[in-house]
Amino acid sequence: MKKIALSALLVSLLSACGTVKNGPTTTTFTGLDSANATAAPASAAASTPSSAVKQVEADALDDPKGALASRSVYYPFDVDVVQAADRPLVAAHAKYLSEHPARQVKLEGNADERGSNEYNLALGQRRADGVKKLLVVGGAKDGQLSTASYGEEKPKAAGHNEAAWQQNRRTDIKYQGK
Amino acid sequence: MLRLIGWMALLCLALPVQAALNIEIVGAGERQIPIVIPAFEGEDKLKQGLTSVVAADLVRTGLFKLVDPAGKSPHTPQEVNYAQWAGVEALVVGRTRQQANGRTEVEFYLVDGVKQIQLLGQLVSGHEEQLRGIAHRISDMVYEKLTGVPGVFSTRITYVNRDQGKFRLVVADCDGYGEQTVFASDEPIMSPAWSPDGSHLAYVSFEPGHAVVYVQSLVTGQRMVVAKFKGTNSAPAWSPDGQQLAVVLSRDGSSQIYLGRADGSGFRRLSFSDAIDTEPSFSPDGQSLLFTSDRGGSPQIYRMSVDGGVAERLTFDGGNNFSPRYSPDGKGFVFAHLSGGRFYIATQDFESKQMQFLTEGGWEKHPSFAPNGKLVLFATEGQGRGILSTVSSDGRVKQRMSAQTGDIREPVWGPFLK
Repeated sequence: MKKIALSALLVSLLSACGTVKNGPTTTTFTGLDSANATAAPASAAASTPSSAVKQVEADALDDPKGALASRSVYYPFDVDVVQAADRPLVAAHAKYLSEHPARQVKLEGNADERGSNEYNLALGQRRADGVKKLLVVGGAKDGQLSTASYGEEKPKAAGHNEAAWQQNRRTDIKYQGK
Repeated sequence: MLRLIGWMALLCLALPVQAALNIEIVGAGERQIPIVIPAFEGEDKLKQGLTSVVAADLVRTGLFKLVDPAGKSPHTPQEVNYAQWAGVEALVVGRTRQQANGRTEVEFYLVDGVKQIQLLGQLVSGHEEQLRGIAHRISDMVYEKLTGVPGVFSTRITYVNRDQGKFRLVVADCDGYGEQTVFASDEPIMSPAWSPDGSHLAYVSFEPGHAVVYVQSLVTGQRMVVAKFKGTNSAPAWSPDGQQLAVVLSRDGSSQIYLGRADGSGFRRLSFSDAIDTEPSFSPDGQSLLFTSDRGGSPQIYRMSVDGGVAERLTFDGGNNFSPRYSPDGKGFVFAHLSGGRFYIATQDFESKQMQFLTEGGWEKHPSFAPNGKLVLFATEGQGRGILSTVSSDGRVKQRMSAQTGDIREPVWGPFLK
């Protein structure tokens, strides 16, 4: 219990100072390495005047294993509410956007083909708008976000089957310029 | 619920090799008129046959049975020897003459084989490239004379062709010939809608990065933006007088129906549901709108006044219902029904509230009536591709037309040309 509290304190200290790349006592506590790794993106992203640190700054968006690597939200049939499983993903993007106010995101809603093209266009729009609302709740600014729907017009997967349909019921979070 | 199946005959038409579409007809009317259409005199010297087009037009309706002239070739009513045509109820005969000014003159007659009298006699002329159009005019006159209903053979259709990420908005003759690309894009094109006089198309294009409604002149090719608010702008529908445009906008939240002028000004909100309200279709008298809404939990068909107000739910049958369109007489509507993973084309009339299936089901979407109300055009699939199909409004006769490339989507039958 004490260990956890200590490591949490250390992580927050590391995050706060933002310049420490090699923690002084990293071997002291178990669990710190992984915690440190998690903290690293935030640390790197924090603005700092130090040019020495700037060289090692990495955009969390570019981390293929990071929380922002996944950019698609999936839905059951004819549903536009973000499912519980995808909420942490949306929250992670919201946090990133709140910390990077210059970033712009286009949310593109899509639907499977089981509906009229126009109904699916409206459904895709509701999906994109639903993700937008969650991003705003999570700290993103309205001005960073635009939405569009492609309905069933741009299917990722072809075929009249659930395997294809589930890939097509989707909102894509598209960072502009990325 | 009445399922009209029972196709009675299978008929394949041989078409010229340069055909843009392959046409296959299934089914037949209960009683067919035996008709003979011998080649017109001089027709073999023309660039385009006439009688083959007339025959294809008439057979497609399911109301006619083509009789082989067996070598006999009368060209005028006087040349018809009725004794040779036992059982033939109608004959179309004629002559063609190529004139010095490059025009072709076509003289044709419709003869009643039973009463042995002439029903029609007409002289039509036009340029070489108008020969198919002349043949369709002849079909219209023959059809109207024999059935009492105006023919639709001179009308046009529009659809979207999607081929490997390229989209084309196409206008073609209603038999699929004479394809013309109206607009092409690397982004999707959706929901074409004919202006009531057939001079303009409204449609949705995604070229600005989201769905935006455009209106384009088919005469000058000029196009203009009519609805480009944030989010989705879609589902354009013209009022019968051509003055107003209903569209679906998501600018105030969920997709809702708005009504404005045809130039895109003055849009005001008509529906207030917080659900999806889309696919408006004007009644022929311009007083009501049919539309699709999921306000009751699943997508169903509703009707409301063009002044707004309370909407009445019209479909209750198990499954989802989409894409309503009024019949030209305003007494009912055609729509797409989804149940058990299949789409069907169905009709329902306002009085009986009975739903009638016109098709056996498959991937069948986006129906629209021919302007005489006798045929329904819709999108279906053949060999894994989107193709055009028609079905007679009683469900008896079905026709499929497959393009040589790409998927055909969202077809709409155009109005009578004035």
